[in-house]
Amino acid sequence: MAHLITALILLPIAGALVLCVVRQSHARGIAFAFNALSAALAIALWRNFDTAAPGLQMVERHNWIPAIGAEYLLGVDGLSLLLVLLTSLLFPFAFLAQRGGRGFCALMLLMQSALYGTFTAQNFLLWFLFYEMSLVPAFLLIKIWGGEKRDGAATKFFVYTFLGSVAMLLSFLAIYFVRGTFDLAALATLGKTGILTGNMAWLAFAGIFLGLAVKVPLFPFHTWLPDAYESAPVGVSMVLTGVLSKMGVYGFIRLLLPLFPHEIQILGPWLLGLAVCSIVFASLAAWAQSDLKRMVAYLSINHLGYCLLGLFAIAASSPSALIDRQAVLSGVFIQIFNHGVTAAALFYFVGLLEERRGLRGLNDFGGLMQRTPLLCGWMSVAMFSSLGLPGLNGFIGEFLIFKGSFAVAATFTAVAALGLLVTAIVFLRAMQALFTGPLAESCGALPDLYLREKCIIVPVTMLMFALGIAPQFVFNLFNTTVVQMARLFA
Amino acid sequence: MTSWILAHLWLIPAAPLAMSLLILGLAGSRPRTGSALAIIGQVVALGLAVVAFVPTLETPGFRTFQNFTWFTFGEQALRIGWVLDPLAAAMLVMITFVGLWIFVFSTGYMAGDKNFSRFFAYLSFFSAAMLGVVIANSLLLLFVCWELVGLASYLLIGFWIHKPSAAAATKKAFITTRIGDIGLFLGILWLYGGSGTLLFYDGGNGCLEKTGLLALGASASFIALLIFSGAAGKSGQFPLHVWLPDAMEGPTPVSALIHAATMVAAGVFLVARMYPLFSFGALDGVTPSLTVVVWIGVVTALMGALIAVAQADIKRILAYSTISQLGLMMVSLGVGGVAAGIMHLLAHGFFKALLFLGSGSVIHGCHHEQDIRKMGGLRRIMPVTFLAYAIGMMALSGVPLLFSGAWTKEEILHATAHWPRSPVPYYLMMAGVVLTALYMTRQMICVFFGKPREAAERAHESPSVMTIPLIVLAVCTIALSAVLTPAWPWLHSYLTGEPAQFDLGRLIQPMLFVSLALVAAGIGLGILFYRNAGRDDPLARSQPLLFRFLENKMWLDELYAKTVIAWSAMFSKLSDWMDRHIWDGLARTIGGAGQLIGIVSANFDERGINAGVDESAAGTRGLGRLIAARHSGRIQTYMGVIAVGMLALLVLYAWLT
Repeated sequence: MAHLITALILLPIAGALVLCVVRQSHARGIAFAFNALSAALAIALWRNFDTAAPGLQMVERHNWIPAIGAEYLLGVDGLSLLLVLLTSLLFPFAFLAQRGGRGFCALMLLMQSALYGTFTAQNFLLWFLFYEMSLVPAFLLIKIWGGEKRDGAATKFFVYTFLGSVAMLLSFLAIYFVRGTFDLAALATLGKTGILTGNMAWLAFAGIFLGLAVKVPLFPFHTWLPDAYESAPVGVSMVLTGVLSKMGVYGFIRLLLPLFPHEIQILGPWLLGLAVCSIVFASLAAWAQSDLKRMVAYLSINHLGYCLLGLFAIAASSPSALIDRQAVLSGVFIQIFNHGVTAAALFYFVGLLEERRGLRGLNDFGGLMQRTPLLCGWMSVAMFSSLGLPGLNGFIGEFLIFKGSFAVAATFTAVAALGLLVTAIVFLRAMQALFTGPLAESCGALPDLYLREKCIIVPVTMLMFALGIAPQFVFNLFNTTVVQMARLFA
Repeated sequence: MTSWILAHLWLIPAAPLAMSLLILGLAGSRPRTGSALAIIGQVVALGLAVVAFVPTLETPGFRTFQNFTWFTFGEQALRIGWVLDPLAAAMLVMITFVGLWIFVFSTGYMAGDKNFSRFFAYLSFFSAAMLGVVIANSLLLLFVCWELVGLASYLLIGFWIHKPSAAAATKKAFITTRIGDIGLFLGILWLYGGSGTLLFYDGGNGCLEKTGLLALGASASFIALLIFSGAAGKSGQFPLHVWLPDAMEGPTPVSALIHAATMVAAGVFLVARMYPLFSFGALDGVTPSLTVVVWIGVVTALMGALIAVAQADIKRILAYSTISQLGLMMVSLGVGGVAAGIMHLLAHGFFKALLFLGSGSVIHGCHHEQDIRKMGGLRRIMPVTFLAYAIGMMALSGVPLLFSGAWTKEEILHATAHWPRSPVPYYLMMAGVVLTALYMTRQMICVFFGKPREAAERAHESPSVMTIPLIVLAVCTIALSAVLTPAWPWLHSYLTGEPAQFDLGRLIQPMLFVSLALVAAGIGLGILFYRNAGRDDPLARSQPLLFRFLENKMWLDELYAKTVIAWSAMFSKLSDWMDRHIWDGLARTIGGAGQLIGIVSANFDERGINAGVDESAAGTRGLGRLIAARHSGRIQTYMGVIAVGMLALLVLYAWLT
């Protein structure tokens, strides 16, 4: 069990290599088998994880390139574990949703490996390596298997994110030259007293902020996202929104907030303003979309905006109560997980509609409830989950985030609550257009859910209910980490 | 038994919820199975509600609660729980009892519908959520159930989903109530932050108890107002009332259950539940938040009653009447008559359900015609429905002595008359009573009296499965009066916890004559106006402008469409446009600038540096080629050149010397 995390990272790479030599028709099965193995490893990781113990666990530490402070340092805490589990959950889901050949599957597996690495690496250089490693497969997957506008979208996605990454790397180099370490835990401790001084600190902050803001994305660095999600094949969209977008939020929690508490406090209102803009403008823009995929993409920005709102709120206001900090952190963690599940499910449903109809515009459907009641019913559950209906998973995270942020930034939170309203409008409008009214002629022959589709949908939906009704089992994963981080942000 | 039900209060909502899931799970089975299961669930809930009702009778001011941890985040436990007190118990009995008869009625009304059993699954789900609202001992749990009630309402209004009008109405209902819910949500956050708990009662530490309220201080008023915005959305208070009339697109039993008896009362219930917060820091019974409640209620009550006068759809009249009555209840709560407001809520639950089911029977009998101008003379054709409807009408109008609504209305007028802030609400409420009697008389005359018009000609009485619920509810409407009179104000004392004494001498109070005069005026005017009215409305003839104003619901829908809705749609288009052109434009500009720099430097490379180096290289090469051309390797040329050179040198030498 000593090298569990390493095994977890290497397994998908091994899978990708195996895929290079097998027959095209076996590719998906083999990829799925490797996914199952990864999931088994992730569960083993979970079983071995002591939820009561603070700090990193199952740490693997080896020298790598001592001259530049690069260490092979892996470890998990509650947050990392949560994201590893989310990754292990969503990749099989995506594989089931998307047919693909050898190349497609191999690239997906590479991306999976990069994600495991990103969520477990505890040394900046190693982290950055994985962080960038995820970009290349994502780019190729969009570029090769994407939709109509794939070329422009893929390029925009790559260049935009890469630019942010370069800025972040430069910032960390600046930090390294002063502080002499890339160890994230050590940097977080140094951050309490100011990691850098003077203008250098601001430059470094700006670089890292840009990198992460593009990745999440935060308004106004978000315009690559609708294009990329719209153009990507469904399985890739699911992973992009479900897991890749979490890398940015994870980065905010791990890198920016602990390293630059002082800068964030000074910029507090501005950052909160950007988060509120993310929430409100993205939901409004989603309202204006007629392409279902683009609509879901915009709501992704909106939902991650809530995470950033909460994080900025507790980081920007110095005397925040312990309960509020714990509420926000718990809320953000669970929102990360919930959004991963729900948004992926929404993309999956859009994929089902597109597969059946060949189109995915809001106006290409009508009266589906009469033709495909099961599809409509289950899709409605995902939509209600996304709009934060209590009893489903979306509500818990949003409630906790708002609870914490309202206490310290009431005005911003109140404005952000508009996002909750507009999200409801967006989904109800979609339901009205898709499901209700007289059956559209073009939809007269659409088949309802097949058994294989039900086998995917039912467990995922059950998970949504479980998270919404009795979420304690997820909270148990990270409560200790929340307590520890809440102290760190004090 | 007593302690058992207190520990298992959750079973009351759980019974219909389980049935709802069971029916959905058994999709495709025989429709009768679905309705039977739903009715069983409702009977169980009613039985348990009665069991829970008993202990609350024994001790005045009875209250017991049970709290538990929902989940722990960080080190904080989020606790929820349920509470049983007279308010909850009375609501439980009313909801399950009225609900049961509506379920029974539905088996007749919905017979033959393609999605018959799904309808009962939704009804059961609604019932479960509503019962959850009532027993919640935590504002968070209440909000959870509150939203589920909204979902159930969404599913039921849009039940006939192939009708575009139903689809539009259900969307409107969900979104309009959600506007109020956003306020409620913020109120919850504020309350949680301020008092540190969302539990109502927690052995002295709840947010409605002394310590919790004191911790809130001056913010209590703002929190109360935010909570009221949620109540206003659900209970159809101005300006969020617009969804309720449209919600009549749903099947009529839905209108009876949700939009008359129970769900719309949830807002009133919420204010009553949170009353310690609303009245916190009251001077003379008046707080800023309660004052807002009073005025919103007054506006709503009067507006609803006015609009009802000019509607032609039998269900819409009742819908506006509901809005008006809900306003009345809010006024009552606002002026301090909490018990009176809740009593009216309970009585209204019975007689409004009766009226809606009666209208359902009429619509069913008239082959789904809802326009009262096309009915008439139904009293002979549908005698049972007529009788039941008449009882409901008299209870709603407030005809004294026999009918429950009259006593509760009288008590509300009484409470309003003593409001220290202003006498205006009292006078406006009196006008409301007259109007209520007027529009109900109009409806009665148009539907049941006169000559049968086209829709009434082929009408028939409804089957007994529909008329029996009518009879039961009609009997209850009258029987309820027994516990409402000032002579024996049992329900009042049950709700307030003060002992009730029987004193026949108090039966006749001055207010009785006031309300008698008002109701008589309303009914008299109604008979006078509409006696001979057939197809054309006398008001439309004499005051066409006013009539059109009321007929078109004061053009509020149009106003909203032109303002709030148009603006927000515009903002959404604007956001999309900004995204495409400004934010993406900015990114593209930066990208373009990078590209431009690339092109410039490439050009500089090509034309400047590259070309310069190329030039000099070419020059060198040309020179070289020129020189190389001379090295032809031919001896003769070399010799010739040498000879010429020698000759030149010789000439030079000779010339120099």
